[in-house]
Formats: sequence, structure tokens, C-alpha cells
Amino acid sequence: MDDFLAARSQMALSLGFHIIYACIGMVMPFFMAVSHYKWLKTNNEVYKHITKAWSKGVAIFFATGAVSGTMLSFELGLLWPKFMEHAGPIFGMPFSLEGTAFFIEAIALGFFLYGWDKLNKWFHWFTGVVVGVSGLASGILVVAANAWMNSPAGFEYVNGQYTNIDPIKAMFNDAWFTQALHMCLAAFTATGFAVAGVHALMILKKQHTDFHYKSFKIAAAFATVAALLQPISGDISAKDVAQRQPAKLAAMEALYKTEKPAPLLIGGIVDEKNKSVSKAIEIPGALSFLAHGDFKAEVKGLDQIPENEHPPVAITHYAFQIMVGLGTIMMVISVTYFIVLWRRKTVLNSKWLLKLFVFAIPLGYIALEAGWTVTEVGRQPWIIYGIMRTRDAVTPMPGIAWSFYLFSAIYFSLSLIVIFLLYRQIKMVPVLYQSSNTDSWNK
Amino acid sequence: MEQVVIIFLCLAILLYFLLGGADFGAGIIELFTSKKNRSKTRNTMYQAIGPVWEANHMWLIIAIVILFVGFPLIYTTMSVHLHIPLAIMLIGIIARGTAFVFRHYDAVKDNMQGVYNKVFVYSSFITPLFLGIIAGSVLSGQIDLNANNFADAYIFSWLNWFSISVGLFTTALCGFLAAIYLIGECKTEEDKKRFIKKAEYMNIAAVVFGAMVFFSAAMEKVPLMNWVVYNKVGLTAVSLASLSLVLLWYLLLKGKTKILRLLAGFQVTMILVAISYAHFPNFIRLKGGEVISLYTTIGPDKTIQSLGWALVLGSLLILPFLGYLFYKFQQKEE
Repeated sequence: MDDFLAARSQMALSLGFHIIYACIGMVMPFFMAVSHYKWLKTNNEVYKHITKAWSKGVAIFFATGAVSGTMLSFELGLLWPKFMEHAGPIFGMPFSLEGTAFFIEAIALGFFLYGWDKLNKWFHWFTGVVVGVSGLASGILVVAANAWMNSPAGFEYVNGQYTNIDPIKAMFNDAWFTQALHMCLAAFTATGFAVAGVHALMILKKQHTDFHYKSFKIAAAFATVAALLQPISGDISAKDVAQRQPAKLAAMEALYKTEKPAPLLIGGIVDEKNKSVSKAIEIPGALSFLAHGDFKAEVKGLDQIPENEHPPVAITHYAFQIMVGLGTIMMVISVTYFIVLWRRKTVLNSKWLLKLFVFAIPLGYIALEAGWTVTEVGRQPWIIYGIMRTRDAVTPMPGIAWSFYLFSAIYFSLSLIVIFLLYRQIKMVPVLYQSSNTDSWNK
Repeated sequence: MEQVVIIFLCLAILLYFLLGGADFGAGIIELFTSKKNRSKTRNTMYQAIGPVWEANHMWLIIAIVILFVGFPLIYTTMSVHLHIPLAIMLIGIIARGTAFVFRHYDAVKDNMQGVYNKVFVYSSFITPLFLGIIAGSVLSGQIDLNANNFADAYIFSWLNWFSISVGLFTTALCGFLAAIYLIGECKTEEDKKRFIKKAEYMNIAAVVFGAMVFFSAAMEKVPLMNWVVYNKVGLTAVSLASLSLVLLWYLLLKGKTKILRLLAGFQVTMILVAISYAHFPNFIRLKGGEVISLYTTIGPDKTIQSLGWALVLGSLLILPFLGYLFYKFQQKEE
């Protein structure tokens, strides 16, 4: 494997791994805060058990997310030193704020996990909310840094020199809001569907139904609302990308030729050599509408972009299709959920719907990974869009392939262990959370 | 603002050494505890560091963010030439953090616990060893920007006696800090005695490896003597560290615990001051006598301004909250 490809693969692997844990750390605290609130308000022990059960999952995910995030802060330099040398002072602002947010999250988590029966109950609840808020803030800040790579701002680039640096302008670049919004909703959708699905599975198995149904309802509420809002955010993002990064949009839709009006392609097989797409369903004018809000607008194709600035089209296109497809499925499930809830007041008797939720367990995360693939692969060959090429940023050290294999093995085994631990946590629910006043756990 | 940023950088490194170090040390102590006492040690340790360990490791993040935002050339030079020890350290951090949490949150306590324990104790040893090696390499003068073969550029930059001695010295200090910290967290006299013994061993190890640092410095022409003997501040710091060593042994044998912590923290701080004061503001010593200094590589003005403000405001939020965390979860003596 060539070193450059190895470096890119290792970065993709690390980000792809971290993103899942980061999302869970961002979102689960809000679920816990709801059930915790219900426990404090209703004194129904089941809610306390749910909060505790979830908090153990969060502890596992947070620790994994924290170490993989630490890894990333070094990896930026280990793999892309030339990039960091120039970009560090420009896009560093969100990272310095994120340091604070992450720190506060870690402190609050310490209070939350170890504070049962030791703290004032509302202060304890509040620390849980702080975990969520600071986690979400961390996520938004890191996405703002990524947005800068897509939409560089806050400096002038003259004769290869980066001058007139303004880190605040760099942080509030044109892409930060659309990207952060899309990411936050994605985090809620993905985590919500995964959690709701797991509890739906347990309901179907008729285990501890009360516990699992109460959990299901909290997770499903977040998941479905987010999934319904996501298409709106997606639309804003698409229009934004069309303006700022026409090459990325063209790759997403495999639009080789500039067209007016441009059709939307659904599916299809990309032939990168012959620059064509076959077997796609075409919706006339739809891409023009999505990109520019006008069915007759012209959409820039890859033919207007120099060949050496083309992103890999097939990967970007397929990833985009996967993201949109799965997003649509989750949206449909959400609509169905609300209809059933409205007509029957409960979904407990609608086995088919619970089965749909079980089916949707991985969908959100797959969509999330696909979405990041679109963002990152679609930006290639640039690491700083239009300014620095990824190839020019890579470390001079040879042998990165070995590092890639090693870290692949580490992340792969970590994932297995985390799944194994979750399986055990879920399996032990009936033993650990018998509804009674004796609470032997965690003492 | 330059000064503010540099002070925060020093503070983050110092606090990571003290708090993160004590945290690593807890694992090192576990590694060197006889089988029959291990579960007791583990319990004391879990009670003591469980709530605070995540926060203790945040100082590393703060330090690294300050470096890559404010001093990118230092960050990238280290990333390129110390890639291998950094990667090993990262593996250690990953393994340690996850093993610590996994062993507590595995709902079924079976022989997987043995696996988590092994991973935890060995990575607790390897991580500070390599942190020390990295710190040593920065000072060693073996980083060669013009090296034209793999070994010179990426291996011998850190694989030398000085760096390894600093690594071992760091590891021993971590163990020592942890033992001192844990003495104050013990609930029984018996546990206390055990940790006092550990603190003594770790202290002896630190003195031995400390001597090794001086020998290897002389061997590999690191001007350590100039920094700690022929510089007034360096000499004062090193004398204070030695004095506190005597006092520390006295208090240790007397079994006074709470003040020990302060003294151990003070001692380690003095050691860091001694090593870095005369060297400041130089950060990396390169092969051939050149240096990379904090002042010459500092980022553009606006960046430093905003970084400084972010750090000041951030610390106003972090420090009281963190202080309360430590206060709330400290073990009450029964």
C-alpha cells in the first residue's frame, strides 16, 4: 500500500471510529437527562434504572470516544504535518474552545457517574445536562474546524504565504452552520434509532417490557423528530455545497456534464473511465431544484472543473446515495411511528413497527459514515479546499502502511469488545434492575 | 498574551505530569503489587481515581492544542521525528483508558477481568515510559532535520540512552506520585502501610533513574549540568527538590499523609523547573546545536490573542468545577 493512501485510510478509519463514539457521547446524556428528570419527578424506580443502565453505556462509549479523540489530536500531526504547520494557527480557535468543552464534559461525567446518593439530586441531574451540553458544543466546534477545510476563511493566501490570519473569521466560516446543524441532527437520529431499536428488540423478546418500553419511548422521541428535521437541513446543505464546492456536488450526483436543467440521479453505476453513469433513475430538473431552488437552473458538471481537481466520483456518488436513501427510510419510519402513536396511543401491539425499529438499528450510523465520506472524499484532492492538496500535506515518514494495519487491528478489536460489553449489559438488565428498593449495584 | 499562552502551556504540562502521572502511577503500583494484595490495591485505586481520571487526562489535550495552535512548528517537528514513540504512547493511552473503564463496566465479572487487568497495568507502565522518552528526545539534541536515512531520522531521534533514562525516571516518578496520593485515600492502616512501602521503593527507583539521567546526559553531551548546576534558578530548584526528599522520607516514616501530597507535588514541580528553566524559551534541541524556541515559532498575533482569551475564560469555567470534583470525591478518613 502506498504511504499516501495508507495515511488517508488511517485518518478515515480513525475518524470513522471516533465519530460513532462521539455521537453517542453527544446524544445519550440528553436521553439520560429526560429519564433522570422523570425519576426525580415521578419517583418511579424504573426511570432511575433506565438512567443508570444508560449511564453505563455512556461511560463505556465516552471512554472510547475520549481516547480515540486524543488519538486524533495527535494524528493530525503524525499524518498531516504540513497541513497542521499552516492550518493550526488559522483553524485552531474551535479546537481551543473544544478543549474547554471536552474538559468540562469529563468533569461533569465524573460527577454524574459517581454522584448517585452523594450529591444534591438536582445538582446531580444538572451535571448530567452539562455532560450533554458540553458534548454537543464539542461536536459543533470540531465540525466548525472541519467546515473550515471545506470553506477556508480568515486568512489571505498570497505567493504560498498565509497572511492576515483571523482565527475568529476562520471559525465562523461559511460552512460551519450548515455542517454543524446537519451533524447534530444526524447524531440524534443515528443514536436515537440505534437505542430505540435495541429496546424494541427486547420488547419483542418480552423481556422486562416496562423498562424497555419506557426507554424506547424516550429514544424514539428524539430519533423521530430529528429524522423528520434532517431533510430540511440536508436541503440547506445541498444548496450550500452547490455554491461553495461545485466539484463536490457534481461528484455527489455523478454529473459529468454541465446541464440545464440537470436531472437528479437515483442509484446508477458510475464508470469513472468513460465518465458516464448507467442504470440510474433520472428525475428531470430535480437536481437543478435541489441545488439552486429552480427547476430550470444550470448545474455545473465536472467538465467545468480541471481534471486534476476532480474528487473520486464513484465513492462520493455511492456514499451520497446511501446517505439519502437511509435518511429517507428513517424519515418514513418516523412518520409511521407518529401515525401509529396518534391512532393507537401505544406501539406495543404493533409488532411490525417494532420490527422496523430493530431493522433500523444500524441505519443511522451507516448514513452518518456515508455522509462523512461524501464530505471528506468529495473535498479531495484538497485538504484545504482550493489551497492545499492532501498529497502535499502528508508526512515524509515512510512505512505508514504498517501504522495503518496496526491501528486497524486496534480499532477492530476495540469495536468487538464494546459490542461484547453492550451485549452483556443488556443481557444483565433483568438481574441488575429488579424493581425493588434494594439497589446493590454501584456500591 | 504571549506570556499567558506560555504560562498555560507550562501549567498544562505540569498538571498533566502531576495528575495524569499519579493516574498512570496507580497502574504501575498495581503492576508491582503481589497477587494477594492486588484486589485491595485495585479497590483503593478505583475509589480514588474513578471519578477524576478522565479529567486528569484532559491536561494532555490542552497542552497539545496549545502547541498546535500557538506553536505549530514545534508540534509538527515532534510529530514527524518522534512519530514512533508518539504512536506507541497513543496505543498506551487507548489501551489504558478503555481497559480501566471496561473492567468496571463489564456487567459479568468473569475471566475477562484478567484480560482488562493485564492490559491496564502494562499500558500504565508503557505510556509514561514513552511520554518520558518523548520529553527526553526533545531535549536530547538527537533530532536531525537533515537526516537522510530512516534510522537516523525516525529511530535514533528517540532511541538513545538519555531519552530512555528520562523515560524510566518519569515512570518511577509517576509510581511515586501515585503511591503518595493513594496513602491519603486508604481506609485501613494496613493498606496505608502497603502504600508507604510502595512509595519508598518508587522513590529509590526515581533516585537511581535520576542518576542515570545525569550519566547519560554526560555521555551524550546534553548540557544538563549547565541547566541545573550552573544556573541559579536551576540550582535552587534542584536543591529544594533534594531537601524536600529528606523531609519526605522523614514524614513517610512518621506516617503523616496529607502534607506528603503537597510535598511530593512540590518536589516534582521543582524537578521540572530545574530541567526547563535554563533551557527556556528553547523547546526542542536539534542535532548540530540548533534550537527551536517558543518565541521564534509562536503563531500570528491574532491567533495568540484569541487562544489566550480562550484559555483564560476556559480556565475560569474549568478550575472551580474541577476543584469541586476533587473536593467532593476525596475519601474521608474514618
